[in-house]
Amino acid sequence: MIREFSLNEVWLLVLAARWTVVLSAMAFVGGGVGGFVVAVARVSPYRPLATLAAAFIKVVQGTPLLMQLYLVYFGASLLRLTSDAWTAAALGLTLYASAFLGEIWRGSIQAVPREQWEAARALALGYPAQLRSVILPQAARIALPPTVGFLVQLLKGTSLASIIGFTELTRAAAVVNNATFRPLLVYATVAALYFALCWPLSLLSGRLERRLEQAGAHTVALQF
Amino acid sequence: MDYVFQFGVVWRDLPALLLGAWLTVRLSALAMALGLLVGVASALAAASRWRAVRALARVYVEAIRNTPFLVQVLFVYLGLPSIGVRLRPDQAALLAMVINLGAYATEILRAGMKAVPRGQLEAGTALGLSRWQLFRHVVWMPALRAIFPALGSQFILIMLASSVVSVISAEELTAVADTLVARHFRSFEVYLVVTAMYLIMCLAFQAAFGAIHRALFARWRMV
Repeated sequence: MIREFSLNEVWLLVLAARWTVVLSAMAFVGGGVGGFVVAVARVSPYRPLATLAAAFIKVVQGTPLLMQLYLVYFGASLLRLTSDAWTAAALGLTLYASAFLGEIWRGSIQAVPREQWEAARALALGYPAQLRSVILPQAARIALPPTVGFLVQLLKGTSLASIIGFTELTRAAAVVNNATFRPLLVYATVAALYFALCWPLSLLSGRLERRLEQAGAHTVALQF
Repeated sequence: MDYVFQFGVVWRDLPALLLGAWLTVRLSALAMALGLLVGVASALAAASRWRAVRALARVYVEAIRNTPFLVQVLFVYLGLPSIGVRLRPDQAALLAMVINLGAYATEILRAGMKAVPRGQLEAGTALGLSRWQLFRHVVWMPALRAIFPALGSQFILIMLASSVVSVISAEELTAVADTLVARHFRSFEVYLVVTAMYLIMCLAFQAAFGAIHRALFARWRMV
């Protein structure tokens, strides 16, 4: 039986969008922690650590997100860890976000003028204290616009979790489409829902960047 | 772990994977070329005298940049037939990629137009250059130099994103990998090799674009 595409179906899609939001939030929090580690490792004076972080960023930015999700999904089930799409999607997107946020934050840390490091050293602060009390507060301001910009990219990226079988907005669209057979309407609605989630963030990111530019600070473009 | 990795089957299928890689590069290059044309049209529209035309370009760019590529692909392949536009998977994939690239190219080109200092345009006009001469001698090279790196990374981005079109079975590297996985179930091995292939392609294109950039713009020092 073919169902009508009614308000009920729209509501179903809105409910599924929750999982898109939850997955994005999880990857953003996980990627925030991971990205912090990657960024600090990347600017570390200890060479092997910096090289390792750079290689991680290169591999993640140089391969498709879909491949990363496949590898985590099939890899986790090989290791008998889990064969659950939910965990695999969250883990894969966390790794993805760690690399991108790590690179953005590295750029932000390095955009802080050198003299600030020298001043911090002149105050006899140790390396962790230099980072914590002098560099990171200034880097955070620079990092904010591209970080919000990346959140948009992450939100859109969660749609790929549908391919490994996690039910979020894009997968719900396939389900609703199979029941109603109104693909144009279904996918237009889904696109509108993504737009409603992403556009405010895009606007915010743009506004933050302009404000930072007006303040005369360095800005860091979102690479990739 | 009691799993035994078997890369042997993957090596046997390497010719198929290499063909897939070539299809990915070809599809991306074609999409890039057509996407740039769309981008030029849309960038001109965004700088138009008419408000409605400017608004239209704005809506196009924002709509594409704030929705996932996967949804765009599914919209084109599954949605458009309802209004009579029936496309084969590879045509739908190309169309979705061109529409997607057009929006990003618009932003890149707009940034390029701003890269030419106003004073140089005025100087050119003062020398009595025609509009075409102005473009040829004053605008073209600095604008191209400004946007070249962005265009290069955009090409790599669409090459990586194109793996998504495997969901509609358009022919490219990931779709070839899916076929192999369905045949012998060595999913992890196949996807690992394919991931390495994407990485190699990405690094190779980055190196190539870097070399081209240096060769083209070596005599154009930053002013």
